Amino acid sequence: MTEITLHLNGTQAAHTVEPRQTLADFLRDRCGLTATHLGCEHGACGACTVVLDGQAARSCLQLAVMCDGRSIQTLEGLRADPVMEVLRRHFHESHALQCGFCTPGMLIMGRDILQRYREPDAQTIRHELSGQICRCTGYAGIVDAIVAAGREIGTATR
Amino acid sequence: MKAAPFEYLRPASVAEASAALGRNGMTTAAIAGGQSLLPMLNLRVAFIDLLVDISRLDELRAVTETPSGLQIGALTTHAAIEDGKVPDLFGGLLRRVAGQISYRAVRNHGTIGGSVALADPAADWPGCLMALGASVRIAGPSGARSELVSDFVQGSYSTSLAAGEIILGFELPRPGASLRWGFAKVVRKSGAFASSIAFVVTPGRSAPVSVVLAAAAARAQACPETAQHLQRGTATDEALRQAIARDLAVHVPDADAYQQRLHTATILRAIRDWRAQ
Ligand SMILES: Cc1cc2nc3c(=O)[nH]c(=O)nc-3n(C[C@H](O)[C@H](O)[C@H](O)COP(=O)(O)OP(=O)(O)OC[C@H]3O[C@@H](n4cnc5c(N)ncnc54)[C@H](O)[C@@H]3O)c2cc1C
Ligand code: FES
Ligand code: FES
Repeated sequence: MTEITLHLNGTQAAHTVEPRQTLADFLRDRCGLTATHLGCEHGACGACTVVLDGQAARSCLQLAVMCDGRSIQTLEGLRADPVMEVLRRHFHESHALQCGFCTPGMLIMGRDILQRYREPDAQTIRHELSGQICRCTGYAGIVDAIVAAGREIGTATR
Repeated sequence: MKAAPFEYLRPASVAEASAALGRNGMTTAAIAGGQSLLPMLNLRVAFIDLLVDISRLDELRAVTETPSGLQIGALTTHAAIEDGKVPDLFGGLLRRVAGQISYRAVRNHGTIGGSVALADPAADWPGCLMALGASVRIAGPSGARSELVSDFVQGSYSTSLAAGEIILGFELPRPGASLRWGFAKVVRKSGAFASSIAFVVTPGRSAPVSVVLAAAAARAQACPETAQHLQRGTATDEALRQAIARDLAVHVPDADAYQQRLHTATILRAIRDWRAQ
């Protein structure tokens, strides 16, 4: 077991972890943060996406022990994030979710896209979402929601 | 799936990391971004006793432009290259390649050193670095050494890396002012591993043309017949196709009709891209 310190959703805390434990399992099983979902556990589906030191990361492809000293935001920690607030509303309005399994990863990647592109078009969003798999919606609603959120944020900051 | 248990070590220096990786009687592995190793451990196709975390070693991080070219530290991520955080001496080639590797959440953490060390036949960096004539700098128990990437990569998941050796970074020779390149990649889905990749590079006005085909066989390979035809500059489409066929016969002798058409098309697309510059 190894001692680590994490800044998790704004709170710093020490933990002991087994080296093989992924960040995803650590978040879900040790911290009870179950917004982070696990689909494939090998980087293909994107359901487990979190923010690590400000950058999107697959939490199934990070070891908790390697995150020592780093800062992590899960969907729970982005509740009051201004971009997330807009995105969440548009996901609701555009029917961008059905079962909800992919939704935490979609929201985190959606926010990442809106931080890197100003008012992205549908084609850019489809390309950038190619690593997030949804088995329900057919993606149309998700893409619409991110386009609309991008427009709203773009208009507000013009 | 979850990884089987292993021990974890975060050494403070390259020397310490090298000693740990070379430990007798133990299966060890370095971890950089973990974007290839962790899937392999999770799927239990790789088993290790000791994981050596090299992701915080500053010696592997430096990116320096020198009179003779560009030095890229092994820990440089695909996303850093995509975002232009590495000096662009190659007319945008590195950015174009980096931006098409996997998905952004993977590119944020996956490194150029990890990609070349793993030597996946379908990886993007080994072929790109070969086409640019790059060499790899390696530190190990018996000191430092340097080798052309084209010699370093030996086959499918196979390199000249010995026990205890670590990739420090890459040296990319400075191209001439009239550098030209072409790049083409065929993927079933954006971000997935490619089924065919081709690079065409002329590093300067009178410099030799380099043509490299990747994702076709065990390792990325130079295509000298095709390069020669481009060098002469007068190749008709038919002669060019015949040259490509001769290169494919050497590198992908067991290619079926589909694969032959696929690789021919990828090389021709890269040539079109190169000619357009
Ligand atoms: C879903 C998915 C899709 C992908 N698609 C592509 C793709 O299309 N094209 C592509 O090129 N790659 C692709 N990759 C792989 C990705 O580019 C990886 O980032 C890269 O192959 C490995 O880099 P890493 O830093 O994550 O290495 P790690 O996973 O940390 O290590 C990989 C191997 O290299 C060794 N190693 C790492 N660094 C060093 C070093 N400095 N010295 C010596 N040995 C070292 C490790 O011991 C290990 O054996 C994909 C990955 C995923 C998860
Ligand atoms: S669970 Fe991490 S990418 Fe699928
Ligand atoms: S809403 Fe069910 S997987 Fe996307």
